[in-house]
Amino acid sequence: MSRTLETKTEAVLARELGADRGRRPIGGRPRRAGLLKFGYWWWALPGILFVIAIHYVSTGVGGFFAFTDWTGIGAFEWIGFDNFVAIFQDPSKVGALVNTLFLAFASVILSTVVGMGLALGLNRGLKSRYVLRVLFFMPVVLSPLAVSYIWKFIFDFNGPINVVLRALGLGEFAKAWVADPVWAIWTILIVIVWQNTGFAMVIYLAGLAAVPVEMEEAAAIDGAGVWQRFWHIVLPSIRPAVAIATTLGLVNGLRVFDQIMALTGGGPASATETLATQVYKESFALGNFGYGAALALLLTVIILVFAVVQQRVTQGRPEEN
Amino acid sequence: MFRYTRLTALRESLFWVLAIVFLAPFYFLLMTALKSDQEVITSSALAPPSSPDFSNFSDVVTASGNSNVLLGLVNSVLITAGSIALLVLLGSLTGYVIARSTRRWSRAVYYLFLVAIVLPTQLGTVPLYIGARSIGLTGSVLGMIILYTGMLLPLSIFLYAGFFRGLGTEYEEAATIDGASRTQVFFRVVLPLMSPATGTVAILAGLIVWNDFFTSLIFLGGSANQTLPVAMYYYIGSLVSSWNKIFAIVVVSMIPILAFYLFAQKRFIQGFAGGLKG
Repeated sequence: MSRTLETKTEAVLARELGADRGRRPIGGRPRRAGLLKFGYWWWALPGILFVIAIHYVSTGVGGFFAFTDWTGIGAFEWIGFDNFVAIFQDPSKVGALVNTLFLAFASVILSTVVGMGLALGLNRGLKSRYVLRVLFFMPVVLSPLAVSYIWKFIFDFNGPINVVLRALGLGEFAKAWVADPVWAIWTILIVIVWQNTGFAMVIYLAGLAAVPVEMEEAAAIDGAGVWQRFWHIVLPSIRPAVAIATTLGLVNGLRVFDQIMALTGGGPASATETLATQVYKESFALGNFGYGAALALLLTVIILVFAVVQQRVTQGRPEEN
Repeated sequence: MFRYTRLTALRESLFWVLAIVFLAPFYFLLMTALKSDQEVITSSALAPPSSPDFSNFSDVVTASGNSNVLLGLVNSVLITAGSIALLVLLGSLTGYVIARSTRRWSRAVYYLFLVAIVLPTQLGTVPLYIGARSIGLTGSVLGMIILYTGMLLPLSIFLYAGFFRGLGTEYEEAATIDGASRTQVFFRVVLPLMSPATGTVAILAGLIVWNDFFTSLIFLGGSANQTLPVAMYYYIGSLVSSWNKIFAIVVVSMIPILAFYLFAQKRFIQGFAGGLKG
């Protein structure tokens, strides 16, 4: 994308400026007082230290505890990969891993498809498109926890879905959806997608705004159908937007926590546990800090790997950037 | 090509039907929150209340409902406002130095922040919790402000650095010639020019802090200083299935953010689209 390009030119510039500075001072008076022409370099210090402490040091320390049997108090021992072996031998933890991956990928795919559909429909032409955009975006600003409670009612045994099913004479399909081992995970998926769709839509709308109308018109005159225009003109131009929306959706999907705590609490019988809920329960409810840290390290590695892979895949060939 | 035809009108009404279905959860939310204890059990989930009953709201807000919702509201406002103020100050200063520096270290620092944006908080949470507990910062509003500032600083710096890169140095040069000090140049000239960036940072970071549940559950869990999501979680946990009460508290928790959104929807949507596009 343009960002990498920018940094590259700046790097070149930096080298030139540095060489220049060695020969003669820029401007009238010597600029040796600082590295910068404006501002002071130490202005960045609090921010850098803050980020290093809260993000890197704490993550590093957490990574260290992943290889110990610490319980939060007292002594601990280095136990190597025992925690990880235990994770992969415990069916409920493997189940949590599978659930995490399923929720992340399914929610990204569904939000992308629905969000793209909304964005294409609301891009041009409709008179009330601005009002509709505001309405479809509304769930994005709400707390996932609060939203999940609304949906818990909708999926309740006496909730709206079952009322409609019974009214249609499909009463035998009515069930307590969030307490059903098969359906519980799908209810969580629906809640995530409902909240993420508006976000995807807005990112795609921003991408679509950059697609020139003339190009689409020219293609239409040349006889390209709707599908061809989308596939060959619109989609390539909004590729960066797709990269951003899917990467962020994936990263957030892998961390899913609030919706599960509100809707199912991980149940029924661990059917909807995810890595994030397991990290919370092991570390803070059961006091197995070392084991919880190992789960968190697993989650971190998965997120970093997918973030990098996702960026590579959706951004396409390097020369396109 | 884009004339308003009958097909467009059809598309328009189709999208309105979709919007109504999409927003149906809000209908259930409001209708149920207005039902009495009796009616919420006897009436159909789809039916509106026979006569609106506002007692759920007064129950939830006053102490009679035994909830910390009002205290949670105050705490959430304090924590969100404090975090935004610090994020704007530290984020703009750091972003400025990174954007204006031509040295190689500034690029390294930039990537340090970029990686930190994706780095999940879960792994660092346990050490942070132990650290905060040992210096007495768990369960306090100040502790949460410091924590959220650190957590969201990479995002704030990233956004500011992007905006600063797009700003030419002419203003700074002119102000310097006029005799302004470097501090004056930044706070009097550059930062006021950055109000779109500040708005984006405030909206994105403020929303994340306001809605955060995971971090505040861990750091404020058992304490008296709960944020709105945590207070809501505990209160609803004690209610079992009194949906009218649950929805009253959900409505109360949504009012501030929804009011803010509808008031400044354009800024919200632009903030999300522009800010995250980078």
